[in-house]
Amino acid sequence: MQTGRLHGRSPVHQRPGVIWAAPAFVYFLVFAVVPLVLVVGLSFTHWNGLGMPRWAGAANWSRLAEDPTLGSSIRLSLILTAVAWLVQTPISLLLGVWAAGPGRGRAALSAVFFVPLLMSNAAVALLWQSLLDPNFGLAELIGPLLGAPDGNVLGDPGRALAAMALVVSWQFIPFHMLLYQAATRQIPRSLYEAAAIDGAGRARRFWSITLPQLRHTIVSSSVLIVVGSLTYFETILLITGAGPGTATRVLPLHMYITGFQAFEMGYASALAVLLVAAGTALSIGIVRMTGYSRMDSSREGM
Amino acid sequence: MTTRQEIRRARTAPAGAHARPARPGPRRDGSRRPPFLRRANPLAALGALAWLVVVGMPVYYLVTVSLRTRADYLTAGPLAPPTSPTLDNYRLVLTGEFGRYFVNTAIVTVVSIAVVLALALPAAYAIVRGRHPLIRTGFSMMLLGLAIPSQAVIVPLYLLITRMHMYDSLAGIILPTVAFLLPVAVLVLTSTLREIPNELYEALALDGGGPMEALRTLAIPLSRPGLITVAVYVAVNAWNGFLFPLVLTQSQDQRVLTMGLWSLQGQYTSNVPALMAAMTLSVLPVLLFYAIGRRRLVSGLTAGFGK
Repeated sequence: MQTGRLHGRSPVHQRPGVIWAAPAFVYFLVFAVVPLVLVVGLSFTHWNGLGMPRWAGAANWSRLAEDPTLGSSIRLSLILTAVAWLVQTPISLLLGVWAAGPGRGRAALSAVFFVPLLMSNAAVALLWQSLLDPNFGLAELIGPLLGAPDGNVLGDPGRALAAMALVVSWQFIPFHMLLYQAATRQIPRSLYEAAAIDGAGRARRFWSITLPQLRHTIVSSSVLIVVGSLTYFETILLITGAGPGTATRVLPLHMYITGFQAFEMGYASALAVLLVAAGTALSIGIVRMTGYSRMDSSREGM
Repeated sequence: MTTRQEIRRARTAPAGAHARPARPGPRRDGSRRPPFLRRANPLAALGALAWLVVVGMPVYYLVTVSLRTRADYLTAGPLAPPTSPTLDNYRLVLTGEFGRYFVNTAIVTVVSIAVVLALALPAAYAIVRGRHPLIRTGFSMMLLGLAIPSQAVIVPLYLLITRMHMYDSLAGIILPTVAFLLPVAVLVLTSTLREIPNELYEALALDGGGPMEALRTLAIPLSRPGLITVAVYVAVNAWNGFLFPLVLTQSQDQRVLTMGLWSLQGQYTSNVPALMAAMTLSVLPVLLFYAIGRRRLVSGLTAGFGK
């Protein structure tokens, strides 16, 4: 098939002009890119959500330094993100590799695995709140797994955070499992055949072929987990309301409560800028650290 | 052979990133696999079964509790099977405001699908076929936009929507919902449209068709898999959306399902079975959809994030 690019306008071709793409680009500009610029601007104002924002200079930014809740919410966010990554990555990778294999049993089981992905944040939150309820739910069953033999999970600061990491992982493991499943299916069969001829066992094949071949997927999945865990608060808001005390008041939740419950929209904007900066920095960090950008081809020597 | 026939032939073999590729996936018979790949792996199977319990137990709880009476739930414990299943909880939920929430959610979902497709399809077509430098720029903006978390811009969005006098309306939910689904939609449709060979466009040009004609007779029919993927992706996200309704609406009239569940939680504090029935109802459409077109839904859910 010849798809030579035609330079200049060919006499037969009428190419679509920029007007075709303009509506989508302008729309996205107004509702996604402009807000991103606005949030930086708003972080230099005082605004209670009504009326007009008033110029505040760097007041919100200096307030970051003396906000007692900020330190704890950053710490909680980092813990949640780290735990979410540690739980989700190995489980979703193993499940994905397993689901990529043959057999009807796997297809049927995988079908059940995706159910959490189909539920809304609200449904996931209310379901787990009910499950973790110490009076009626399964707290006595789940509690011991989180170090709460008495079933008091959501009433204890450390356990509540652990429970949130569990819920977030439960919700998103299916998504990452799908990514790994798709990537595993892309691995050339010939690699495994060659390894089998060399007498490599199952574990060896997984270690020396599957894992290296999934490098790119591990990096992209990790970036998604980190950025997701950093910005994500809806489920936590619904289950714990940031409590007990401020034990689950992660950074995005701190931002939401500051903006939409205390109506300090200017300071909330400064927190939002902080969030975006942290997410961007961490993503770039992961990509750099893993050498993703200068990775050699995973198909080398084939 | 006329160009029309050529086009028809291409249609019968749909192109596109989401057409079923001939990939080494699960096969009906393991006969073409080398023997070493057919051996069962007991450890992996055990892990999978363990995960089945982790996923299955909450889902089992959700469905069975919704079918039990309140008294039965309180006395027999949370995991007991429903000895005398009843639909009373569903009746109770459906007599309330739930129908309104359902309709509102359906409106948000359908309109979002229509607007996303109407915006993303011509844009993707221009990105693939157009040559204007601004198109490149716009496409790059969209790709970078993939990384903008909606949570981080929720304060300025609130400002925008209130200034547009759209606060507390379904339109106010739809506007940002569409915006944050656009990049993935454009990305998926772009990769689908790239698959259409140049010859077909040339053949069409010989027949004297302009871009509009090409879009109608070539691009839309041949990119059907991508269009369906985008529709599913938008549907699931719009149906389950919580953040925008949370921040941009307040009155009961404008409540969508996700917000409705939250309000029901206060209403049915001690009536867990009724709450579970409401949640089952809210998840049901997506589950039905999943049962009908699993492959489509799965490709829709991970749209734009593959590889």
